[in-house]
Amino acid sequence: MDILISGLLLGGTYVLIAMGLNLQYGVARIMNLANGEMIVLGALASFWVFTSAAISPILTIFLVFPIAFVGNWLIYRFLLLPLVRRAKTQGHLEVDAILATFGMSFILIGIVVSLNGGYFTYSFLATPFELLGSTVALNRLVAFIFAVIIAVVLFLWLNRSRAGMAVRAVSVNPGSARLVGINVEKVSALAFAIGGAVSAVAGVLISTFITLDASVGVIFTMKALIIVIMGGVGDVRGAIIAALILGLVETTVATLVDPGLTLAAAYFIFLLVLLFRPQGLFGKPQT
Amino acid sequence: MTPEDTRNILIGIVCVAIAACVPLVFNGYWLSVALTAMMYIALSTSWALFSGPTHYISLASGAFFGIGGYLVATGMSDYNLSFWLMMAVSAVVATVFAGLIGMATLRLSGVYFVIFTLGLAEMIRNMVSWLQNNVLGSRGLYVLTDFTEAHIYWMLLTVSVAVFILGALIARSRLGFAMRIIGNDETVARHVGINTARAKVLLFMTTGFFAAIVGAIIAPRYSYIEPNLVFSPELSFLVVIMALLGGMHRLWGPLLGVIPFTLIWEAISIWIPNFTTLFLGLAFLTIVYFLPNGVVGLLEKLRGGATP
Repeated sequence: MDILISGLLLGGTYVLIAMGLNLQYGVARIMNLANGEMIVLGALASFWVFTSAAISPILTIFLVFPIAFVGNWLIYRFLLLPLVRRAKTQGHLEVDAILATFGMSFILIGIVVSLNGGYFTYSFLATPFELLGSTVALNRLVAFIFAVIIAVVLFLWLNRSRAGMAVRAVSVNPGSARLVGINVEKVSALAFAIGGAVSAVAGVLISTFITLDASVGVIFTMKALIIVIMGGVGDVRGAIIAALILGLVETTVATLVDPGLTLAAAYFIFLLVLLFRPQGLFGKPQT
Repeated sequence: MTPEDTRNILIGIVCVAIAACVPLVFNGYWLSVALTAMMYIALSTSWALFSGPTHYISLASGAFFGIGGYLVATGMSDYNLSFWLMMAVSAVVATVFAGLIGMATLRLSGVYFVIFTLGLAEMIRNMVSWLQNNVLGSRGLYVLTDFTEAHIYWMLLTVSVAVFILGALIARSRLGFAMRIIGNDETVARHVGINTARAKVLLFMTTGFFAAIVGAIIAPRYSYIEPNLVFSPELSFLVVIMALLGGMHRLWGPLLGVIPFTLIWEAISIWIPNFTTLFLGLAFLTIVYFLPNGVVGLLEKLRGGATP
């Protein structure tokens, strides 16, 4: 029961990370391997604001979201759009995007290390809390609740608003979206920026209960990618289920075997997905 | 053999002869830089054998390299086996491992493959550390041989020459032809009856084979081996960057990337060590935006030749 609850709580934050990456890869068609660094930057911002001004990470979210949005929009507009325009095929774009975002991720790591090479340790709401008979840290629960709120808002925006509909249209087929009068480049930039902002906010939330440092970004990128692929690219419902599965499996392995093996557990799931359901949990097999 | 082939072989022999004399002229610091460069020449060139034609970015070099170094260390330190035996064992293990990874991921789109290899070295490192702490119970391993740096350098030179010969042979074999078609258009390749998955897995296995051998040869240089040292994700990125910087559409392309990059990297590590990660990032961006075909592509453009 303890495992179930803390696994679900962890999965809740993974949902947020995966939604960020899903917008960037599913809509903007950019395989963003610097996604984890966005999380690290969010965590660093939260750490700074909390230790210097004692402002709650919950408020930091409202600061981080717009900054990360603008930052990611600029990245897309000036670094990635040229690649999109010059790419002859989707394969070309993928290779270019992978290499370019590797570059960005190393640059971001370099910058974060020069700003703060240590761990982002701070204590926020680290009090025990009773939940359905098992004890969890209050910060995990708060992070989970905010992750759920943000995920729901994002889901409603995608499914109810006009802009959300344009985003979904581009996700399904950029070529046809253009035919019905959608500015694909603009919508892609929007999706990329929102995706990055959501990731940074996830970083703020994660930093309240996990101690991060400059180098862990790639682990989060890895996990987000595994979730997105397991859920099916562009499939929000699949990503939510996949995130919860990953959270549960990781918590189980960490509790019963060894916390050092969580990445191996994630890999094991990834391998199963690749072997049996490469199209995602709810995807249809391609012929 | 055309006259051009004969000319290329002669140039190759002269280059190898010059490279073989390096330990006789230099020692100490410059020999160790040359050794590092030679290591990356073998790694990057064998990496490009697979990634050049297919455009699949493999980040598994660090994992295979680690398997080589770690198995040699375990065999010699814990079981008193000979260096040569363990080198052979590690090469076989890495080749089989590469085959399994290839079969699981290379049937699918290239992105899955990149993602899978991205965390591979880190995952193996976690598992090896866990095994050591809980099952095997030893932490550090010693590799004690009477090899000097010059010996290691010559061994790496031999491996590099083997990679070049194999690369040249593959390029004119049916497999090499198949790889070029796959690289241009995989659908076409499948329709003309090429078993694309098999061809890709085979070449990926050669990459794993050579990376493990290089890892095994390098092990005596460190003498003391622990998982954190040999399973380094950074190595995979350096291999990728050097091969791309040189250019992958020529067999000797990576060579032109390795030599300048190793020198710059050494300089930065000495003078501004905190800058290395940032530099790695800038190098990636430079390649993507300004040198998409590497140094070789740039040279060919300057000479006015056609780039493929």
